[in-house]
Amino acid sequence: MNNDEISSGLSRRTFIKTGLGAGAGLSLGVWLPALAQMGGPGKAGAAGATGALEPNAFVRIGPDGVVQVVAKHLEMGQGSWTGLATLVAEELDADWDQVEVIGAPADAARYNNLFWGPVQGTGGSTAMANSHKQMREAGAAARAMLLAAAAERWGVEVGDITIDRGTVTGPGAGQRAGFGDLAEAAAAQPVPDLVFLKDRKDFRLIGQMLPRKDNPGKVNGTALYTQDIRLPDMLTAVVLHSPRFGGRLSGFDAADAKKVSGVVDVFEIPSGVAVVARDTWSAMSGRDALRAEWDDSDAFTGTAGELMARYRDMADQPGTVVRADGDVAAALAAADTVLAADYEFPFLAHATMEPMNCVVRVDAEGCEIFNGAQLQTGDQMAVAQALGIEPGQVRINMLYAGGSFGRRANPHSDYVLEALHIAKHVGRPVPVKLVWTREDDMRAGYYRPMYFHRLRGAVGPDGKPSVWQHRIVGQSILAGTAFAEALIKDGVDSTSVEGASDLPYGIPNLGVDLHSPVVPVPVQWWRAVGSTHTAFSTETFIDELAVAAGKDPVEYRLGLLGDHPRHARVLQLAAEKGGWGAPAPEGQFRGIALHESFNTRVAQVVDVSLDGDGAWRVHRVVVAVDCGMAINPDNIRAQVEGGMGFGLSAALGEAITFDGGRVVEGNYDGYPVLRMNQMPRVEVHIVKNDAPPTGVGEPATPVIAPAVAIALHRATGQRLRRLPLKLG
Amino acid sequence: MIELTVNGETHELDADPGMPLLWALRDHLGLTGTKYGCGAALCGACTVHVDGRPRRSCVTTLRVAAGKDIRTIEGLQGPVAKAVQGSWERLNVVQCGYCQSGQIMAAVSLLEGNPRPGPAEIDDAMSGNLCRCATYARIRDAIGKAAEQLAAGEPG
Ligand code: FES
Ligand code: FES
Repeated sequence: MNNDEISSGLSRRTFIKTGLGAGAGLSLGVWLPALAQMGGPGKAGAAGATGALEPNAFVRIGPDGVVQVVAKHLEMGQGSWTGLATLVAEELDADWDQVEVIGAPADAARYNNLFWGPVQGTGGSTAMANSHKQMREAGAAARAMLLAAAAERWGVEVGDITIDRGTVTGPGAGQRAGFGDLAEAAAAQPVPDLVFLKDRKDFRLIGQMLPRKDNPGKVNGTALYTQDIRLPDMLTAVVLHSPRFGGRLSGFDAADAKKVSGVVDVFEIPSGVAVVARDTWSAMSGRDALRAEWDDSDAFTGTAGELMARYRDMADQPGTVVRADGDVAAALAAADTVLAADYEFPFLAHATMEPMNCVVRVDAEGCEIFNGAQLQTGDQMAVAQALGIEPGQVRINMLYAGGSFGRRANPHSDYVLEALHIAKHVGRPVPVKLVWTREDDMRAGYYRPMYFHRLRGAVGPDGKPSVWQHRIVGQSILAGTAFAEALIKDGVDSTSVEGASDLPYGIPNLGVDLHSPVVPVPVQWWRAVGSTHTAFSTETFIDELAVAAGKDPVEYRLGLLGDHPRHARVLQLAAEKGGWGAPAPEGQFRGIALHESFNTRVAQVVDVSLDGDGAWRVHRVVVAVDCGMAINPDNIRAQVEGGMGFGLSAALGEAITFDGGRVVEGNYDGYPVLRMNQMPRVEVHIVKNDAPPTGVGEPATPVIAPAVAIALHRATGQRLRRLPLKLG
Repeated sequence: MIELTVNGETHELDADPGMPLLWALRDHLGLTGTKYGCGAALCGACTVHVDGRPRRSCVTTLRVAAGKDIRTIEGLQGPVAKAVQGSWERLNVVQCGYCQSGQIMAAVSLLEGNPRPGPAEIDDAMSGNLCRCATYARIRDAIGKAAEQLAAGEPG
């Protein structure tokens, strides 16, 4: 057994039984000391002389032998439910087919994200990274209790019992039992003080291709999303929002709307006018008949172009210092030739296939919510505050989400609160389903912010970059949210500069600074967050420096990655597998880019051809990824394929724009997302690695656009620095 | 009263004949496997079969759907459907899954009309079905595998 496979903090670990799954059967929780050290709201009441006890409950084994894994993370497509179940089942030696996954309730004391302190939520590609050990320990503890129960029943030593694929076998004749046979007796066993985790060589499930646990429901139509919730007496609501951000309702005429058959009520809520009806179509038809006037005196009435011009002006002045190595000003002054490049990135919509929606019922106990819940703790607090109740009285049922890419983790709980206001007005205990149409979803905001970047740099006498100055202008996502305190340091929103402030290339004079203009367009994290723009400017600019130095861009980067061997390795692997240095197929051009986000390194080699009229097409993408230990290689491949496709979609044609403050794009015609005939072949190579697992949902997204831009430069000589990428 | 035949069963609906079939299926018949994505025939999430052909139920009114043979993901059956759904599972196609009912309805239609589609034909037939999770590479492979399996006469 490797030392690092023995759980840390053994002496302090305490396991306790929880009330989950009361009745016959084994149910246990794991208390993690790490949680107690973080403090936070969940800790206070339980804290005593012996320290805080915060029971987590992740596994239940019923008398029927079904192993239920309680998933604390949202399944929004990234395979988290399958991954969490794999970890538990591995240590438990369960048969994969006997494992079921259910969503955890909202309860940060038990189900918090271990990277986020006392906050329950999913995001930042942390699902496996924060919980892999927690889940394995939960499985291992359950296994130990099953073994103890079997040993007692058969009168044999624990060491003489084996478990294989859900079958417990003793040394004597007929000593065989399933988990279900032993569950009740196991529940009476003491929970072990310490557990040992398996050695990697004994893994049977980790590292294998397993069928996703959500496959059956998602291929036969029975998987339940928020959109699919139907409750007795439930009403459906749509909302007429202000057409401009910051517009205020000054009056509305509901007479015609109320005449629409099925419409039950029309009323004002803080975010607009709600139309509540017996079904979705009636609600939508009612809204079509509604007339409203808006006071735009405080509203945003500009265009994206005007905003970008303002950002460009701001970039003439130094911003808040993020990083200052060496003497950038002196090095720029001393350089023979200074390269300079300006970059423009548009607002982007998440455009999840399932538009935002939420079901809320205000009842005597508080409030019940059905949602593809991604930030339970934030939503609980926001709703509790609006209702004047305790967060614990807000019960959240976590449904599958039809995509999120960050959108459902809204730090302002925007659509959840909107649903709540409607349900509150309708009165208890009638449940209300808020439904956003595609147009509502695209126009109600919370975009990847627009950004402007300016890079300046020079090549020194040794051919390496002597100086690099990176100025970034764009809205802060975190300002005004509960995350500001933790993640805005010295006026710098870390999500605005990630990927730039931690540039892996060794450059002696390196400066990064930031302007965070305040603009009334609502913004939010979007798959890969800051890296969605920083990867593009940094990778295309390092390519410019390599070309200026007359060097091969792979060799050039490798020469600067001395402190980052994992970056170097992933770049070399992509170059080798992607045929870097060899000619691309006839009529195609090759580009390469490298970027780390969420502690995962990704390099991509692309083959691109020109399609006429400024259009281009990607034929093949070869990806190398280093995400530490590969829990599920097939899921890593799937996330790399999909994540890359998501970035390619933005590079091809996504942009949110404004006409007098009104969002122009409303549906998939104006906001085109990737279609099958635009999807390249993708090859994924995973670096073999024993490091702790890191995220895979996001890191492939930011790498494709710079790789394409570099290939297009080779094809045309043009440097494209504005997204989406259109050739002139 | 509108008479709708869905998955072989006939229902009498007291609804606006201008209501899209999608909302009648979801809200009135409880068949929520058919999804809403755009409401404008742009995404394919709402794809059902009407008289054996793929149709966008978000722009098909009850007036038009009445009296026709409507099939949804819940009523999908037969060897092609079995092969497609089986191959979807074997290749772990789904991610968020929200588009996948529509993808499967489109794929089954494709293979029922063209048992051995080439890559360009697959792309043509499927490019009206958006997948924001970009599972396209696997959808392509899964259709190819299902076609091979059907050609070989293997059971799903
Ligand atoms: S919902 Fe019908 S095509 Fe999009
Ligand atoms: S699987 Fe998410 S939209 Fe297709």
